[in-house]
Amino acid sequence: MIPVAFDYHRPASVDEAIELLSDDAKLLAGGHSLLPAMKLRLSSPGALIDIGRIAELNYIREDGGTIAIGATTTHQQIASSDLVSANASALAQAASVIGDPQVRNKGTIGGSLAHADPAADYPAAILALGAEIVVRGSDGGRSIPADEFFIDLFLTALAPDEIITEVRVPAADKSAYVKFPHPASRFAVVGCAAASAGGAVKVAFTGVANAAFRDSGVEAALSGGLSEEGIAAAAARAADGQEVLADHFAGEEYRRHLAKVFARKALATIA
Amino acid sequence: MSVAIKVTVNGQTHEHEVEPRQMLVSYLREELGLTGTHVGCDTSNCGACTAIVDGQAVKVCTMLAAQADGAEITTIEGLAANGTLHPLQEAFRETHGLQCGFCTPGMIMAAWQLLERNATPSDAEVRHALEGNFCRCTGYDNIIKAVQHAAESA
Ligand SMILES: Cc1cc2nc3c(=O)[nH]c(=O)nc-3n(C[C@H](O)[C@H](O)[C@H](O)COP(=O)(O)OP(=O)(O)OC[C@H]3O[C@@H](n4cnc5c(N)ncnc54)[C@H](O)[C@@H]3O)c2cc1C
Ligand code: FES
Ligand code: FES
Repeated sequence: MIPVAFDYHRPASVDEAIELLSDDAKLLAGGHSLLPAMKLRLSSPGALIDIGRIAELNYIREDGGTIAIGATTTHQQIASSDLVSANASALAQAASVIGDPQVRNKGTIGGSLAHADPAADYPAAILALGAEIVVRGSDGGRSIPADEFFIDLFLTALAPDEIITEVRVPAADKSAYVKFPHPASRFAVVGCAAASAGGAVKVAFTGVANAAFRDSGVEAALSGGLSEEGIAAAAARAADGQEVLADHFAGEEYRRHLAKVFARKALATIA
Repeated sequence: MSVAIKVTVNGQTHEHEVEPRQMLVSYLREELGLTGTHVGCDTSNCGACTAIVDGQAVKVCTMLAAQADGAEITTIEGLAANGTLHPLQEAFRETHGLQCGFCTPGMIMAAWQLLERNATPSDAEVRHALEGNFCRCTGYDNIIKAVQHAAESA
């Protein structure tokens, strides 16, 4: 399968990449969502801007209680980072169960967040950990809280002329990500992340709805703490009031059931 | 538009002008004649096209040749040294880790990556590391045995 012809640019810096962005151009990071779509001709941009080798976008470092991760950091780099495991284990766990080793060697956190697949793994962890997505565009930069980032199927708060440069993840006391993978694609049928920081617990789902979301019902029900009964009662409310996806593999009822089971698993891990 | 690329494949340097939309797998197979890297699904699922690019196992049906500019690449043809099979190749032969052989180059490159990161994997770790590679013949058990055999003989 061969994509529609396009021009190829490999800018040396983020500023150069921003200059090259246009309605007809797309950023190329790991290419593991974009290139398959282009080969199927679901997407046919006139130009690709390859940011995969911009050195200033590839790093994991600690920055005053926050873990700062450059946009082109690969799933493999995140999964094997001691810094991420120690401070944001939900993110390391999510990275380690994305696709397969070859996919993790190429795919990047910036690409996954920008793509916003409803079954992607990172979004649940990003929401539960209360991360911020740092972006830069022709009018300067801004930082988007995870709670405002995921809007709908493949739709985020990112403007067309903006590049994700960094993901900032506050250190959590404890966090975990668990998923029920689709047996063939490995994407999350249901994925749940839970994180506790300073006594507050956040719970978020991916795979359940059009966009990943924080489950305020579960969180509110946890005010009594993470006892076994408390967790069971809170998990029973998973996805309440939420419009839930259904497909030929997992219908709505089954997904709601999985959400409860995986909420309990994630919460039990951080209890 | 065409892009000038320079790559080192199995120790040999090549320079070519490529179309941006040419995938690395087609460059390896059609420009360089290295047909050991197979195309199974062409949709990034089966792993038959796995090659090592700058030390990383990659499904090269999902990478542009242009992205590989400057890279060091190893394909299945580059594993044997001076006529001696690589321990993984020897192990696949020894333990009957293949039947038709279609998936074998990709399996071996993915297994190469595993053993480079973890020299003494458990069977479960071998299975996890080969999740991106499909075999339609062996039922996988002999493939796991082959990887363990190679790990033991290394
Ligand atoms: C076989 C297979 C299995 C997979 N399984 C899973 C899975 O189980 N779970 C999962 O979560 N994902 C899975 N994925 C998707 C994978 O994680 C992708 O790597 C990821 O979704 C996209 O990252 P990328 O770097 O490859 O982005 P690309 O494909 O390069 O880009 C994706 C999109 O994001 C845009 N983009 C890229 N970088 C930026 C940036 N810095 N700023 C703004 N926009 C940007 C691009 O323009 C494009 O629109 C799978 C993929 C494959 C091929
Ligand atoms: S041919 Fe590349 S993954 Fe199947
Ligand atoms: S040996 Fe035939 S596909 Fe694996």
